[in-house]
Amino acid sequence: MRHVHDRGGWPDAGPIERAEHDYAMWEKRTDAMLRILTRDQHIIRVDELRRAIESISPKDYETMSYYERWITAIEALIIEKGLLSREDIDRRVETIAATRHV
Amino acid sequence: MEPQFKPGDRVRIRVDYPARHFRTPGYIQGKTGSVTTVHGAFRNPESLAYGGDGLPKQFLYLVCFEQTHVWGAYSALSDRLYIDIYEPWLEPA
Repeated sequence: MRHVHDRGGWPDAGPIERAEHDYAMWEKRTDAMLRILTRDQHIIRVDELRRAIESISPKDYETMSYYERWITAIEALIIEKGLLSREDIDRRVETIAATRHV
Repeated sequence: MEPQFKPGDRVRIRVDYPARHFRTPGYIQGKTGSVTTVHGAFRNPESLAYGGDGLPKQFLYLVCFEQTHVWGAYSALSDRLYIDIYEPWLEPA
């Protein structure tokens, strides 16, 4: 069976969105983070990123934006490699949320 | 280590959807084309994707297909598709 990312010739894939858009700061940071993890630190290989993106459940994959898939895959790989735990990340998110008044 | 195929050889792309990362898109599986270039041997991305060392290296080929063969309803008769495919995905045609 075709995997969710394997889109070439997919009958219902729809037209390609060609419009340019400005990137949000978190998207730029996600891009920067991946570059540090791959090129500078050699912690993640791009092949691993692809594999982790393809491992996102088809339902989530369809609803996520480009960089949402990236950050989800980066998080999964960092946990897989033991660099951070899920609890480490959740705790940090809570701390940030508590100090921000959005 | 020698490549199994050479430029001009007719090859068919294997049909396989393993439940792991692989580099051969579905639309080209089962199609027949001809080898254009032997790029050389490279670390296997299907191993690198899981933190492996990617060895042994695999030969990578540029393979050419008639677009009318790849897509049933394709109208530009002389258009061709060129795609890089690793040797384990090829079989003689």
